Amino acid sequence: MKSDIILSGVGGQGILSIAAVVGMAALENHLYLKQAEVHGMSQRGGAVQSHLRISEREIASDLIPEGRADIIISVEPMESLRYLPWLSENGWLVTNTTPFVNITDYPDMNELIAEIEKLPHNITINADEIARQVKSPRSSNMVVLGAASPFIDIPYQSLENGIKKIFERKGEKIVQLNIDALKAGREFSEEKKTLTTKGSK
Amino acid sequence: MEKLLLLGAEAIAQGAIDGGMSGVYAYPGTPSTEITEYVQHNKTATERKLHSQWSANEKTAMEAGLGMSYAGKRTMVCMKHVGLNVAADAFINSAITGVNGGLIVAVADDPSMHSSQNEQDSRFFGKFAMIPIFEPASQQEAYDMAYEGFELSEKLKIPIMMRITTRLAHSRAGIETRPLKQEKKLSYPEDPIQFVLLPSNARKRYKGLLGLQSLMEQEAERSAFNTYYPARNKSIGIIACGIAFNYLMENYPDRKFPHPVLQLGQYPLPFVKVEKLVNECEQVLVLEDGYPLVEEMLKGYLDKNSKIKGRLDGTIPRDGELNPDIVARSLGLEVKIGKPVPSIVANRPPELCAGCSHRDIYNALNETMKEFGKQKVFSDIGCYTLGALPPWNSINSCVDMGASITMAKGAADAGVHPAIAVIGDSTFTHSGMTALLDCVYENTPVTVIISDNGTTGMTGGQASHATGRLEEICIGLGVKPEHVRTLTPLPKYHDEMVSVLREEMLYEGVSVVIPRRECIQTLSRSKKEVKVKMEEAVK
Ligand SMILES: Cc1ncc(C[n+]2csc(CCOP(=O)(O)OP(=O)(O)O)c2C)c(N)n1
Repeated sequence: MKSDIILSGVGGQGILSIAAVVGMAALENHLYLKQAEVHGMSQRGGAVQSHLRISEREIASDLIPEGRADIIISVEPMESLRYLPWLSENGWLVTNTTPFVNITDYPDMNELIAEIEKLPHNITINADEIARQVKSPRSSNMVVLGAASPFIDIPYQSLENGIKKIFERKGEKIVQLNIDALKAGREFSEEKKTLTTKGSK
Repeated sequence: MEKLLLLGAEAIAQGAIDGGMSGVYAYPGTPSTEITEYVQHNKTATERKLHSQWSANEKTAMEAGLGMSYAGKRTMVCMKHVGLNVAADAFINSAITGVNGGLIVAVADDPSMHSSQNEQDSRFFGKFAMIPIFEPASQQEAYDMAYEGFELSEKLKIPIMMRITTRLAHSRAGIETRPLKQEKKLSYPEDPIQFVLLPSNARKRYKGLLGLQSLMEQEAERSAFNTYYPARNKSIGIIACGIAFNYLMENYPDRKFPHPVLQLGQYPLPFVKVEKLVNECEQVLVLEDGYPLVEEMLKGYLDKNSKIKGRLDGTIPRDGELNPDIVARSLGLEVKIGKPVPSIVANRPPELCAGCSHRDIYNALNETMKEFGKQKVFSDIGCYTLGALPPWNSINSCVDMGASITMAKGAADAGVHPAIAVIGDSTFTHSGMTALLDCVYENTPVTVIISDNGTTGMTGGQASHATGRLEEICIGLGVKPEHVRTLTPLPKYHDEMVSVLREEMLYEGVSVVIPRRECIQTLSRSKKEVKVKMEEAVK
């Protein structure tokens, strides 16, 4: 078992929480893990990314080689494309569709989505909207993780356990809101997956 | 045994705590900050009351660390690579004085300049000081080296350098810890003049340091961190320093290397091992993240057609961070080429936060400067350096901490008027105070804007030594009280800010303007903490 994951977004959008939850889940399953993150300068409204590697075997490099990532998980649509050189031919791209617009030359949304949908394996999800529907508007990052979870080789329950451990400090309510968000994202992808496999048959 | 999931920087901290450290001294700087922050929040460290408060700068940190070592206790000093420039005087001389309690100097380099002004390689400083250097390949090694480092330091009676790079500092992995050691008891150096570097004694001590070199080499020779992997195919041999070893392993899973490999984690170079590799292989590829230190040593100066490959002969790019693909290419291995980044993806540079006080001061400064002309604003390092980018384009320099004030002084001496400095509060107490004193000494006409957000913002919001004492410091240094002006940087006070700035720029002497408003990141964090506490109280 091995999952090489690129997480992407804009500083402050919570990709490190995604990494922390997956990390906890990996530990629970006695997997090896390496996770390279970006701190410092690029946190301030700039593009941020993290390389997350999980494996049954010892992991060598903290960085994923080009063209080898199994999945890109992005909390922002334009950022999902920035790391395309890392995605493997059969890799999945799972992204939030709510843009974070803090630059003047942000691309046209329709063109952006069209570009994402060119990829053979992609999931686009309006995570902000879904997070609001399940009444955890601040947990859109967990919605995205939920949507990506069917493509990560870790039992779903371990991700929930990961949320419990990571958010324990912030109280039960926050834990539950994040689990609800994760679940909603998961359901979205499961549905979409069955639809597309049916369609292709 | 349960593993701890730690950043490389945190692994160093945990290793030092478990290794019996009594205190850490540091000034924040990416990617070294997390070492000290980890100690500040660690349970054992808190119970043991280990010293972990921030120092004013890297030099004061290095000196305080040396003082704790003098008193027989195990100490660590941490900084980013450019911080070692600031601490260099104390650092180089600490190799001559030697230590009493074990002393580790942990320095984090930033190849590719993810958040730095340069990518200098601290191993050169370690070599320059003639002390042993550890360079871990993994988080586990980072832990182990910190854990064992104090003992090596005490055995040799010399400080030890621990050199890491951004990638290791900011990458997390599981590590196994070892039994917690006792702290050392207070003790004085056996020789009461060990630390007195009067020439007569310094000459003796320097000879002692020179005499220790062969012992350091023997230590490196038998170090478990320097491993020789024999292999049949001797068309090329590989020396992989520190984290470069991981990128090599990525290309040869399970350490099945077809060529002889020397994994290097402890310096000075282990001569016997290096010589063996060089002699038995037709060519030698040196993989090192940073400057070509080992490569240059092996290549020598005149040997232009040498069989040594690396950054100097173009086998590997001369600058920037290594990665698994660069290493693969240097060995002629196949790499995958991923899809290109679609052209519609726009750049997203870092920016000042919405609501940041630096924004308001730059708006006011830009308006004031309409009257005085362009290219007269010297600045410094911190969040406010982003004022160099659009839409502000307000500043014309960022060199090293504190340089804004001294550069403005030099420019004023050359006839630039008004000469303006923009500096942050933490940067000011780091290195700006002596610069201001130079201005006061000559009553140089400069306008120094200390943009005070009450924190060390750029590195994540550490406490700032300046908080609550800026006016006193400036007046104490000799700035006339009527020319120390405090402002509230908010859009509604824009006109007032412009008029105060204008007045002080017209003044033919030293003035300090202090726009003061809390960093909105620390503000929202403390609000959240209050909220959590209140919710807990309600339960
Ligand atoms: C010698 C040195 N030490 C540390 C750093 C890392 N560093 C860059 S900016 C900064 C702090 C800036 O704080 P402040 O001056 O208060 O400005 P702010 O970021 O809060 O606006 C630090 C510690 C550095 N670049 N050089």
